[in-house]
Amino acid sequence: MISRRDFLQVSMAASALYGASGFGNWARLAAQQKLTQDQLLQFDTFGNVSLIHITDIHAQLKPIYFREPEINLGVGGAKGQVPHVTGADFRKMYGINDGSPTAYALTYNDFTSLAQAYGKVGGLDRVATVINSIRAERPDALLLDGGDTWHGSYTCYHTEGQDMVNVMNALKPDAMTFHWEFTLGGDRVREIVQDLPFAALGANIYDAEWDEPAEDFAPYKMFERGGVKIAVIGQAFPYMPIANPRWMFPEYSFGIRDERMQEVVDEVKAEGAELVVLLSHNGFDVDKKMASRVKGIDVILSGHTHDALPEPILVGETIIIASGSNGKFVSRVDLDVRDGRMMGFRHKLIPIFSDVIEPDKAVTAVIDEQRAPHETAMSEVIGKTDSLLYRRGNFNGTWDDLICDALLSERDADIAMSPGVRWGPSILPGQDITREDIWNVTSMTYGQAYRTEMTGEFIGVIMEDVADNLFNTDPYYQQGGDMVRIGGMGYKIDVSKPQGERISEMTLLKTGERIDPAKTYQVAGWASVNEGTEGPQIWDVVEAHIKKMGTVTVNPHDNVKVVGA
Amino acid sequence: MEFSRRDTLALGLGAAVLTVLPFRVNAAAEDAIAAFTGGADIAEGGVTLTAPEIAENGNTVPVAVEAEGASAILLLATGNPTPGVATFNFGELAGAHAASTRIRLAGTQDVVAIAKLADGSFAKASSTVKVTIGGCGG
Repeated sequence: MISRRDFLQVSMAASALYGASGFGNWARLAAQQKLTQDQLLQFDTFGNVSLIHITDIHAQLKPIYFREPEINLGVGGAKGQVPHVTGADFRKMYGINDGSPTAYALTYNDFTSLAQAYGKVGGLDRVATVINSIRAERPDALLLDGGDTWHGSYTCYHTEGQDMVNVMNALKPDAMTFHWEFTLGGDRVREIVQDLPFAALGANIYDAEWDEPAEDFAPYKMFERGGVKIAVIGQAFPYMPIANPRWMFPEYSFGIRDERMQEVVDEVKAEGAELVVLLSHNGFDVDKKMASRVKGIDVILSGHTHDALPEPILVGETIIIASGSNGKFVSRVDLDVRDGRMMGFRHKLIPIFSDVIEPDKAVTAVIDEQRAPHETAMSEVIGKTDSLLYRRGNFNGTWDDLICDALLSERDADIAMSPGVRWGPSILPGQDITREDIWNVTSMTYGQAYRTEMTGEFIGVIMEDVADNLFNTDPYYQQGGDMVRIGGMGYKIDVSKPQGERISEMTLLKTGERIDPAKTYQVAGWASVNEGTEGPQIWDVVEAHIKKMGTVTVNPHDNVKVVGA
Repeated sequence: MEFSRRDTLALGLGAAVLTVLPFRVNAAAEDAIAAFTGGADIAEGGVTLTAPEIAENGNTVPVAVEAEGASAILLLATGNPTPGVATFNFGELAGAHAASTRIRLAGTQDVVAIAKLADGSFAKASSTVKVTIGGCGG
């Protein structure tokens, strides 16, 4: 990224393109304890087009707590650039006061006390209020959903995504793209998409057999809004068949395919598009690289890596917007499009403070209707926590440590592995842990907890492989998740090294001995991408563990030593 | 098991070569290139090689090559035990100088395409294709 100051200058240097972000004002007002819905939503309508972006909701219908990452390392050209800036450095970069609501929304520090002061975030009925308010000012605003919508909760699992489809339909989006949706299975995705009252987009969704664009998903849709011809192009998550089980949607192929993206951009321009918007599930660093290689995209609405940025970044003449995850934020982008080009923008990342924003009653009713049949099962209290439980960050979060502990004890293993996904809300110390809370951090269609023997050498290969998905210096080789979470084993990682040289000092914690490449270890894990994986569901394993513990305490972990950052 | 000094050295060398392998063309691939070009210089550019950054399935990786006016394009998977994949020959009446196929990759490696252009010169493009054991996305 460029600094705030540079950003404005660069904007002006790039012909007539200019921009502004409106997060500063309400932050100051809020610091004076005057935060109101009107201030959160305050926005001087600008130009002739409005875009509303929400992404990576992960089926969070209700308000939650969500702690942003403490560690989010960038490598190569991304080192020290957003979104790889956290905590105090982030607040300094954007001029955010410590302890302010903005600090609570965007950084991890003092999370527990700030969460108690400012309350939960998200809730799609609050999101509906924000969308309605924007539509009141700009009735033809486009609402675009970046995907990872039909996955991630108890109700979503049991209704195979129908709860989310019903609630999102009530919000009336104009288009969406995809990632975890495909883990419902190819048939189920097609079944939903057939009846979807808005566009299901993915220029990179291909027929695996013929290596041609799949017929079930359009690459783009043209809209005419505010007298402007707008092309919204979709880009689904490129590495779906690698990061998620390919056997669940064998008929599709994905990939980054930037030659294809250039073709589609050229095609929409030939059709007269004056504004080209890419609704992307690439992940932020991949979007940055794509913006530098594909010419002619005006706005990238970026999803997948769950980053929330209070200002767009500029790559060439493309602005990239990152709108967070779990229903915590909505981005509003107003654009001035004249003479066939984007002349300027105004942007605001709106945090959904659920105690401040009034829920939309009609949408609350739809949400309650989805939840009602499951309410008794979901609300059962399984235990309690003394510690803050969170996941997000490059290495183990406390939720992951608890899940790994559950795997070690319930499955009698030496080493536990838990996937480095970025979804899953946080739980504050003193809170009850309900069944719903456990499902929020474990729910998926391939949640079987396996138990298998692995040699020390193979464990090393896995660690190196996953580390390269995260720390390869070329973003096109990154898959956008975090490092695999490990229980029962310590290790050292040098993020600056190439694949094969990053991991060292792997140590079995229960004996303090180094992992022997030739020796065999009992490994328990979950979320295997292999077909036919056997074992109990991970949420049942975690529930049994928490039940036995009663009240859980997760001590700060120190089993991962990170260097080279 | 005890290692002699000599064995240890050999092991060390093996490890060093292994780490370098993905980034250089191996001997068999070099021979294939020399046979195709007759040892002539190879320029960068003039060939388009389209391959995924990360293979969805290492057993069947879609690869496409194109070089305007080329009379032949050699395609190599430099990290495979047998690097040769195909040589596409284009006659004078060929409408397009492009071909696509699917190849099997033994592991992460560079795929290389070398084209013999209309003027008899050679041009090259290469692309690293990662073959991973899969994992977990955000």
